Amino acid sequence: MSEKTLPDNKGRFGVYGGRYVAETLVPALDELYEQYKIIKKDKKFLSEFHKDLKDYVGRPSPLYFAKRWTEILGGAQVYLKREDLNHTGAHKINNTVGQILLAKHMGKKRIIAETGAGQHGVASATVAARHGLDCVVYMGEEDIKRQSLNVFRMKLLGAEVVGVNSGTRTLKDAMNEAMRDWVTNVDDTYYIIGSVAGPHPYPEIVRDFNAVVGKEVIEQSINQIGKNPDVLVACVGGGSNALGLFYPFINSEEVKLIGVEAGGLGLSTGKHAAPLNDGKEGVLHGMRTYLMQDDAGQILETHSVSAGLDYPGVGPEHAWLKDTGRAEYVVADDDEALEAFKEVTKVEGIMPALETAHALAFVRKLAPTMENKKTIVVNVSGRGDKDINTVASIEGIEL
Amino acid sequence: MNRIKTTFDELSSNDSKALITYIVAGDPDLDTTLNIMNCMVEEGVDIIEIGIPFSDPMAEGVSIQKGHERALLSKISIRDALDLVSKFRASNKATPIVFMGYMNTFESMGVKEFCQAAACQGVDGFLIVDMPPEESAEFSTEAENNGIDVIRLIAPTTDISRVKEICDLSSGYIYYISVKGITGSNNLDSEDVKQKVKLLSGETDLPIAIGFGIKDSDSALSVKDLADGIVAGSVFVDLIGEGGDTITKIAKKTKELFIAIKQ
Repeated sequence: MSEKTLPDNKGRFGVYGGRYVAETLVPALDELYEQYKIIKKDKKFLSEFHKDLKDYVGRPSPLYFAKRWTEILGGAQVYLKREDLNHTGAHKINNTVGQILLAKHMGKKRIIAETGAGQHGVASATVAARHGLDCVVYMGEEDIKRQSLNVFRMKLLGAEVVGVNSGTRTLKDAMNEAMRDWVTNVDDTYYIIGSVAGPHPYPEIVRDFNAVVGKEVIEQSINQIGKNPDVLVACVGGGSNALGLFYPFINSEEVKLIGVEAGGLGLSTGKHAAPLNDGKEGVLHGMRTYLMQDDAGQILETHSVSAGLDYPGVGPEHAWLKDTGRAEYVVADDDEALEAFKEVTKVEGIMPALETAHALAFVRKLAPTMENKKTIVVNVSGRGDKDINTVASIEGIEL
Repeated sequence: MNRIKTTFDELSSNDSKALITYIVAGDPDLDTTLNIMNCMVEEGVDIIEIGIPFSDPMAEGVSIQKGHERALLSKISIRDALDLVSKFRASNKATPIVFMGYMNTFESMGVKEFCQAAACQGVDGFLIVDMPPEESAEFSTEAENNGIDVIRLIAPTTDISRVKEICDLSSGYIYYISVKGITGSNNLDSEDVKQKVKLLSGETDLPIAIGFGIKDSDSALSVKDLADGIVAGSVFVDLIGEGGDTITKIAKKTKELFIAIKQ
């Protein structure tokens, strides 16, 4: 049975989660948790957070009935939760708006963040600009190449973007480098982790700040559908948009939760980013969770057409939801994601991020198998402008 | 009696400090690592920490990161590191060996099986960087069952109540991280270290070693009187990375540190 009360006070979701970090960071994480527990009950903080979500982010985001796409799929009614319409174009801003207030409350002067697709980097640079704090974003050199638009956006916002050349030069290496920065500058620096990953209390904090997505869906479903949706679908890299949608529904057992991992070139090729489907338990980035790793415990290189899903681990709460059976985790591969990207763009006039396209790809398969009185809500975690170069180059087009 | 305790007891009776060195297993290959270990012992090193290569060494500075990457080019695993110790033990039964690294590789063989194998091959201690006391129950039990010390880190940020807790759970020696930062940092502040180590020695009877930021005779001299030993790592891994006549260079650097702390 699932409980909504996790993690426990050690940050564990069953055996997952916890705090596997060097000693230098333990006191900083303790302090962060203490402060978080205080402000999450503080009326002034909550009213500021909700005001920012409304006036700055533009919430609530609409729950949009995808009428034409539903007709084409010929099964369940498909609703899109439009996180792509948020300021900066993705769900990532929900978390950074919350964490920057926490950082200020703690008196920190400098913000650091890691980023994969660049959405979290942009969201961090955005709130840092708004609050007048210095911001350094770590980004793998590989990702800098495929997400040049977001790199330029971050620079315009006044952030310093530091290219990371170690390891696989993607999101996981950016996270290593951000951790190294934090351990060196722990006194004045606040590390905004961008997913429900990392050491306790980050998975809890990031989930809570993103849970506004699911909370709105509960209310919108009652108004627009008359009941809870039957199935929720979201893509899972680290898993923050998925958990933001799922978490408020965890105790509503009748609602099925489905996370879609990046199948890359296909599970059987090993070139993917689907630790929940094809990984095993281990420890990385301060947490115990499912990881893509070899028999010697080395973390494997991942592959996905979408930079934001290109991560060998996953938030520990997802690992736990998988083991308890409360959520189900499937894959969509690169080709399926690209097809869904094109279809939804053409049919609905909504261009999703390639991350989101993985969730949409699974909906393409799922909806036709369901009765037409059933409903699916899929989280459109971000918009696809940032992916235009990637899609064009796959098509052999130079922009 | 275990080798780590014997070593510190002997040093203490001679009023001498421990010279502890760190290199990465298999950097750039296992034969070289073995030669370096023997060379270090010859030049007076008291304890050798063997880094277990990991794809994501989060607490390491660039020097040691590169050491891990070089070792991983030939896929050196923790099993290979165990073989290395077994070869080293064929000619050296006295010098303590400590495995230093990250949880995920230490768990890869299964905690129980690994601890048994490590004891059997002659490993004396573990220092798992990303295993704070809260996450160490299983490893501590298995290590203790096999007579292996669990060396723990104390940082400049660790407060006194936590210092007590960590000291109570530690064995072998305490590793005091001299700087807020990663391995190979440059901002060693000996005054700050002095204050903290003084506090620390009031809480434990275990020997205290100081590491991070010690790379030459000056930095070694600046902290040697504060503790029972010093650890130098990045400087050696850098020398290995340079290539050329590695053994001669390592011998020279070891001698420099030996002279600084022993005379």
